[in-house]
Amino acid sequence: MARRGDSRRLAGLLAPASLFLGIFFLGPLAIMVVYSFLEPGLYGGVEWNFYHWNYGRILGWADGEWEDFDPVYVQIFLRSVRLALTNVVVTLLICYPAALWVSGLPARWRTFVVFIITLPFFVSLVVRLFCWVLILRPSGFLSSTLIGMGVITEPIDIMFTETAVLIGMAYVLLPFMFLPIYASIEKLDRSLLQASSDLGASPRQTFLRITLPMTLPGIAAGAALVFIPSLGNFIVPDLLGGAKVVMIGNLVEQQFLSARNWPFGAALSVMIMLVMFSLIVFYLRRLGRSEVRG
Amino acid sequence: MNQVSTIAEVKGAVKQFAAPEGGVVKALDGLSLRIQHQQFVTLLGPSGCGKTTLLKAISGFEDLDAGEVWIAGEEMSRVPPHRRPVNTVFQNYALFPHLSVGDNVGYGLDVARVAREERDQRVYEALDRVGLGGFDRRKPRQLSGGQQQRVALARAIINRPKLLLLDEPLSALDRNLRQSMQLELKTLQHDLGICFLFVTHDQEEALTMSDQVVVLNRGRIEQIGPPEAHYHHPATRFVAQFIGDGALFSGKVANSANDPVLVTDDGLTFPIADQASLGEEATLLLRPEHLGLSSKLPEGASAILEATLEQVVFFGATRKFVCRLAGGASITAMPVEASTETLGRLSPGDRVYLTYRREVPHLIREAGDGA
Repeated sequence: MARRGDSRRLAGLLAPASLFLGIFFLGPLAIMVVYSFLEPGLYGGVEWNFYHWNYGRILGWADGEWEDFDPVYVQIFLRSVRLALTNVVVTLLICYPAALWVSGLPARWRTFVVFIITLPFFVSLVVRLFCWVLILRPSGFLSSTLIGMGVITEPIDIMFTETAVLIGMAYVLLPFMFLPIYASIEKLDRSLLQASSDLGASPRQTFLRITLPMTLPGIAAGAALVFIPSLGNFIVPDLLGGAKVVMIGNLVEQQFLSARNWPFGAALSVMIMLVMFSLIVFYLRRLGRSEVRG
Repeated sequence: MNQVSTIAEVKGAVKQFAAPEGGVVKALDGLSLRIQHQQFVTLLGPSGCGKTTLLKAISGFEDLDAGEVWIAGEEMSRVPPHRRPVNTVFQNYALFPHLSVGDNVGYGLDVARVAREERDQRVYEALDRVGLGGFDRRKPRQLSGGQQQRVALARAIINRPKLLLLDEPLSALDRNLRQSMQLELKTLQHDLGICFLFVTHDQEEALTMSDQVVVLNRGRIEQIGPPEAHYHHPATRFVAQFIGDGALFSGKVANSANDPVLVTDDGLTFPIADQASLGEEATLLLRPEHLGLSSKLPEGASAILEATLEQVVFFGATRKFVCRLAGGASITAMPVEASTETLGRLSPGDRVYLTYRREVPHLIREAGDGA
């Protein structure tokens, strides 16, 4: 039971963070939601009239005069979600075995490897992505190596494809999957694995029955941390996907910076948030239930 | 000893660890041990004596540098832990927190793909046996320490192992619970008729429960035998110090008026029984209950020691008298007549006479370095 003084002190401690978030997070969010229902101004900016055709353009109704419904927006949406989900799967498949391996290393090597994994953060994202351009372009490192090894004869051109975007995205977000999974594996009590083995479980059974279920919270955290930035990301598709692979993030960016249609950009952003929000709610409820039950 | 009654055997086990300060620590130093069927065997020793390493060598979680482990007539060096016919009760219980009590207990059957009906029946029986019937739907964290202990026990016996290994399973329990669990474990072992190999550093635990006690020190066996033997006839100084109370006096056997005595380096003389040869190095163990005590020079006793009383400790049924001998050595007496009024009037500083019958105390004749 929290006593009265405790709750007052708690409120005092929470006040700065609440104030900061209220002003700099909820404020802009509210502005965006409001803007998404306003009419775009002729030369940028907004007209203060209620206007629902921003959403119409995305979801299938049009005013017939200014804004047209175009199914391409929904397609871009679906493509973005698909790519983000694929990215979650790819990073998970890379990171789980890696985290298992690292957690089995001697202590000082573990620290070193974790440091190496976070090392790319020290370099600018744009620089790192340009390195990928150098690797992936037809005259780049990948093609010339494979040709040199005699695996292929013609250079492969995967620049400006979904594959290139996926590679870049997985690369950028890998640590966000690795670290929570690694933390949960690290936390795992080794004596449980011994107990499982002692009771006759093969290494495979031990993994499926003990290791995997007990590191599920780490997987869940990693998946959320990878999925959310993947969905809204616009730098990676911009540099590696070009004009061919437009993602929802690029669309928003274009509306705000090039097309200067702020209300439509705001409507797109609200849609992204709704998708994420519903996924997270679904997710937390599943997770909460499994916490109680399993 | 015939082969049938031997359930497990360790031959010449050697295990070295790199010590943090450099060099190596020998956790097992050429240790050999044979464990008989249906017995309660306790590995007793101070921390770092190699008892847990020995247990892990048997369960398969530690590879030996040299030597062999045989279980049920099979050599185990190439058998991984999950294929060995032994089960372990871990020190911290190692219950699976994400599984219910029933699923924890049934784990061994689930991984062996035992049919549902039989599995449920055996889980029910195992939980019932440890007095936790009806707890199968709870989570381990909803149980008390003692209950978790029982779940760990039920989980370990459900596979009907030939040999059950228990790694200091009672150390986390409070004293009362520990004592009742000791008796329960003994009963359980008797009922199940399987061999228990129990690791502990607690001599009381070892003496209470065991058929055989193996005292380990520095990776070697000091003594092996029934608990009484360790108490009354310790083979080494180490065992004498580790089990029970008592004072040890080392010296050379000499003759005094045709009776053998032990003369220590401080010049103390202890009459002893005629069991050692002249000039031999030996150690005399004087347990508190061996000693009588009086304030006047007693007549007719075969061995008398002069001492100064330092402290009287009251124990209800008896009293403990802490005395100091002429050479400065401390010795404790707990005479059978301790509760009598006469002795009750003694106070610290008094001159007292300690007596014993020369054939009662045990003389330790250690070969080798003699520690």
